[in-house]
Amino acid sequence: MSSATKINWFRFASPPAFYPLAGRLWTLFTVLAVGFAAVGLWISFFVAPTDAQQGEGYRIIFIHVPAAWMAMLLYVVMAFWSAVGLVFNLRLASMMASAIAPTGALFALLSLWTGALWGKPMWGAWWVWDARLTSTLILFFLYLGFLALQAAIDDPRRADRAGAVIALVGVVNVPIIYFSVKWWNTLHQGASVSVTRSPSMASLMLWGMLLMVMACWMYAAAAAMSRVRSIILERERHADWVKDAVAQSR
Amino acid sequence: MRQKSDVLMSLVFFVMVASLFPLAIGPETALLRRIAPGVLWVGALLAAVLSLQRMFASDHADGSLEQMVLSPTPLVVTALAKTLAHWLLAGLPLVLVAPVLGLQFDLDGRALGLLTLSLLLGTPVLSLVGSVGAALTLGVRGGGVLLALLILPLYVPVLIFGAGAVEADAAGIDPSGHLMLLGAMFALGGFFAPWATTAALRISLE
Repeated sequence: MSSATKINWFRFASPPAFYPLAGRLWTLFTVLAVGFAAVGLWISFFVAPTDAQQGEGYRIIFIHVPAAWMAMLLYVVMAFWSAVGLVFNLRLASMMASAIAPTGALFALLSLWTGALWGKPMWGAWWVWDARLTSTLILFFLYLGFLALQAAIDDPRRADRAGAVIALVGVVNVPIIYFSVKWWNTLHQGASVSVTRSPSMASLMLWGMLLMVMACWMYAAAAAMSRVRSIILERERHADWVKDAVAQSR
Repeated sequence: MRQKSDVLMSLVFFVMVASLFPLAIGPETALLRRIAPGVLWVGALLAAVLSLQRMFASDHADGSLEQMVLSPTPLVVTALAKTLAHWLLAGLPLVLVAPVLGLQFDLDGRALGLLTLSLLLGTPVLSLVGSVGAALTLGVRGGGVLLALLILPLYVPVLIFGAGAVEADAAGIDPSGHLMLLGAMFALGGFFAPWATTAALRISLE
């Protein structure tokens, strides 16, 4: 590969260079999210067969499972960007962590909520103190702690670093919580999809779910890009390039 | 934690919380025996959060924290010493008074011993993890509530294994696994938490 074609990734570590890129990525991810969601929802509602045991109620997994996956994944991604921001003193990485947190909290809440809606008819209870449910609830609390800490500190750089420390302490705790609550009696069914086994569900259901996972993933990326653009504009509002960019967009 | 009242306050809080439960739930002995480990552990958690806020607060207010940062002693040693002091003044009294409170809940000798042992292993972890939160929330708006919001989710594993040890034994299961996991958390927290506290203190003083 010649050096001319090599992309200088570090260029995008500076907010003025990343801002227009985030705008293009936002468009790309939004289009992908809408596309995946359109096909995924069509399969979920109209193509996938009715489940033999659970009837139509099972269809909530098309949003429940992606939301639960994204809630866990986004916390790890948030902790990753926090660590990068803390170690390399990179402002943009910290901004990414702040931009991801609300979406992660939203997905955690969504997975709890849809789980409750599913649990009432299937288990006869809105909530049980089960390993999966409890660890998701605590994950939600960890997101809230991160958001509250950042909101309570006025100086943005201090907020970034303080948030990074609590995100990293939290990410150490996530596997501990996940395994510690496994000792409790568990009502939640095991994973339907595993890397090591062939899936235990009908392939159309699986496809619908995977497409919805992609839709949620793309939505999370689009939301993070949109939010990081706002954060950049807010923090760099005194810079000349921001004034130019805002003037151009008018 | 320079005043005697500070030490007594979290202890009295612990005793009061533990005494409120029989009043709220009713004095049925079998039920009380069943809930005792959980009640005492939750009480210990809340008492720890209550006392954590004052861990660095007075040093932060009068500027001596900055002197500690500038002093030749590595900050991580200072952080560990402050954590140890917090445990001696706020954690150890809870461990010592817990067997007495356990009697109120009609626990037998074996359960009392296990409860005390689990608190002895677990309360240092509360101080260690809490020191990170206390350092992060120094001088922050609404510090007390924020500290509870940050720290209580992180306390969950300690709570599960601490109370779980006594419950497991009552159910006829060997509790040593729970105690070993508590010990592992103590070892991990003892190694990593002072570093995180050091980082958090530097952030707070920027």
